[in-house]
Amino acid sequence: MEYILQPWPWYISGPCIAIVMFLLLYFGRTFGMSSNLRTMCAIGGAGKRVAFFNYDWKSHKWNLVVVLGAIVGGFIAHYVLSNPINMDLSEATVNDLAALGFNDVGQNLLPPELFSWEAILSVKGLSILIIGGFLVGFGTRYAGGCTSGHAITGLSSLQLPSLVAVVGFFLGGLIMIHLIFPILF
Amino acid sequence: MGKYIKFFIVGIFFGIVLVKSEAVSWYRIFEMFKFQSFHMYGIIGTAVITGILLLRLSKTKNIQTTEGSDLRVPLKERGFTRYILGGTIFGLGWALSGACPGPMYILIGTGAFSIIVVIVAALLGTYAYGLLKDKLPH
Repeated sequence: MEYILQPWPWYISGPCIAIVMFLLLYFGRTFGMSSNLRTMCAIGGAGKRVAFFNYDWKSHKWNLVVVLGAIVGGFIAHYVLSNPINMDLSEATVNDLAALGFNDVGQNLLPPELFSWEAILSVKGLSILIIGGFLVGFGTRYAGGCTSGHAITGLSSLQLPSLVAVVGFFLGGLIMIHLIFPILF
Repeated sequence: MGKYIKFFIVGIFFGIVLVKSEAVSWYRIFEMFKFQSFHMYGIIGTAVITGILLLRLSKTKNIQTTEGSDLRVPLKERGFTRYILGGTIFGLGWALSGACPGPMYILIGTGAFSIIVVIVAALLGTYAYGLLKDKLPH
């Protein structure tokens, strides 16, 4: 039990994610979390205006159930299966973030500088979350998948388009962290 | 409702794994793009290697899905432009918000309700793609 309460090492977590992917394939479905965003647009009635959302979203309900489970899993992991301990981030990361003005690094899953109510109620804080979310939603549909669909499922099945998409993921991430962050913070 | 229970359980397991591995943390994503820790590379690397092995095994053992069909991964459309451009746009957002679509939902369960702003914005982004789809190079 003590072992479960500690943060899980990468060599346990990675294979567990592959098992999630495999189970969904075994159930005749596929692992892709960003599809839910499209499904939710369709449920909201976007199909009446935009053909892209005019499809049989009811056959994707199972994926929304996965999302519900994931939220419950997040609750269980955070409130039941965790010891409140600081994240074992690298010293270089803590120092770099401190230089950008981030304090108490690794004491929560998310930095209060971006995700506290105080941050959300500021123009800059709100803009960062909205622009970040928008780019994720737009980019993942344009690329036809996200980390689960391309980086895990696509790479596991040795598909070239997914490798290109993952190269794009890292290109964008590196540009953001190395070129844009120093301007933002 | 019964047929959905297995998906609910898989979802719970997924949520637990991503929190316990800290992959839902903004800090871990920042650290990854700074190349300052092996942690996230270890997670993605072992996930892909295990995935390759499981898919190989299911092919040689001729494993059938619970629906009775052959177990196979849907093929991505051919192409380059959409994957590199869309991927880069996704990466910019991933690094800025520190969350990809899976963790976005999972974080709600950890009580980080401000992530709902990111989810709503992601829905808007998805809708915008649907609007512009035919005008974009693919």
